[in-house]
Amino acid sequence: MLSFSNISKSIDTWLNATFNSTWTMLFEMVIAGVGVISLFAILGLVLVLMERRVAAWIQIRLGPNRVGPGGMLQSLADTVKLLVKEGMTPDGADKFLFNLAPFIAIIVAMLLMAPIAFAKNFQLWDMNIGVLYVTAISSIMVISILMAGWASNNKYSLMGAMRSGAQIVSYELSAGLSILAIVVLSGSLNLNDIIQSQADGWWIFKGHIPVIIAFIIFIIAVTAETNRAPFDLAEAESELTAGFHTEYSGMKFALFFLAEYINVFIVCAIGATLFLGGWMPFHIGNWESFNHIMDYIPSSMWFFSKTFFLIFLIMWFRWTFPRLRIDQLLNLEWKYLLPISMFNLLLVTAMAILGWHF
Amino acid sequence: MGPSSMIVLILAALTFSTFAVLIAKVVTKFTTNAQKGQPYECGIPTQGKTWTQLNVGYYLFALIFLIFDVELVFLFPWAVAAKKVGLMALVEIIIFFFILFMGFLYAHKKGALKWM
Repeated sequence: MLSFSNISKSIDTWLNATFNSTWTMLFEMVIAGVGVISLFAILGLVLVLMERRVAAWIQIRLGPNRVGPGGMLQSLADTVKLLVKEGMTPDGADKFLFNLAPFIAIIVAMLLMAPIAFAKNFQLWDMNIGVLYVTAISSIMVISILMAGWASNNKYSLMGAMRSGAQIVSYELSAGLSILAIVVLSGSLNLNDIIQSQADGWWIFKGHIPVIIAFIIFIIAVTAETNRAPFDLAEAESELTAGFHTEYSGMKFALFFLAEYINVFIVCAIGATLFLGGWMPFHIGNWESFNHIMDYIPSSMWFFSKTFFLIFLIMWFRWTFPRLRIDQLLNLEWKYLLPISMFNLLLVTAMAILGWHF
Repeated sequence: MGPSSMIVLILAALTFSTFAVLIAKVVTKFTTNAQKGQPYECGIPTQGKTWTQLNVGYYLFALIFLIFDVELVFLFPWAVAAKKVGLMALVEIIIFFFILFMGFLYAHKKGALKWM
């Protein structure tokens, strides 16, 4: 059967047979690099188009429909437009930090790709601390945002960066606590082990109400962490023009934009892996024939459909809830979500230890 | 692929973004004038310093976050071992959370979580 793991394995054996081990490693690195870059570019194009189409669909209008068949090439045209725009640096700006910030944003988004299992036996780095790695790397993102805001020499940028810093560090806590709920249940930080522990049912079904609460808190927290509406205070258009990237233009702005969408994809992929079973097919107890049919759907299909479902959910939020004020936002986190997720973690622990889950 | 994937990813990110910025630099036509580099503030000249003072609330929240983030790091090894250790792990984490929550309530009482 044609699957990602088979393709990667056959490439590996062919390279090993043709070249010696050093060249094999080099070629594999190059292939992995090219693969990741193309995934990056494709995801950026698809997600931007998807955002606009979903927005149009929710607001009962057509959305982009001029470039290419059904507007499919709209985001490609936007990329070309951004490519020919002049990328300028404002006069009073800290030039070094100003130009460094988008690169850091891209590096962080790229590094987060490492532990994600895109399909069965198909991931870049099967590390035993996958969950910790993701939480650690994703918090570097705030540095690039603060850097961009500080270096821009603009009041809007500074305000946006400060808000975004307060918001991201706050919501990191409840996101981490709800991730820990799954770590307690599966007893491992390895994303592959967590997926394997869901072979007989995803955690959201096996874990009763506490895991569902953890899932809801996780979705709220990652929406805030990726600076998306209703928590898009960092770039609130109506009050701060564009927040921390007000002064960015051309390709540097495009890099920030891309990093933002890749982050949305990554947090949704992590959510799908932890709560919805990653590439695990949907199985129901003893229904042998039903389970067999579900196994025929490729594992990558399962992963991407779950991830895109979560992305759709986050895009749906944007057009449903009004934006929060900064004090409401911090109240929501510190007075509601954090105590709830701490108590919820205790419930999950009791459930895991006493064996109340399925 | 193992730890080398991190190097690959960093290099891939650098090549991708550097190429994008360089191509843009080659393709675009640069023009300069006196007003172009001014900080954007809805069309009027900026009043005063742009690096202004900000609400102290940001600092307070960052300080409380630091405590809770360290708590989160402590919880990771606990979470892995919790199922194997059994009931003792639950008792320990209840004590841990109790102490932490007292600190949280103290901060709340002092008004650190209020936005001014």
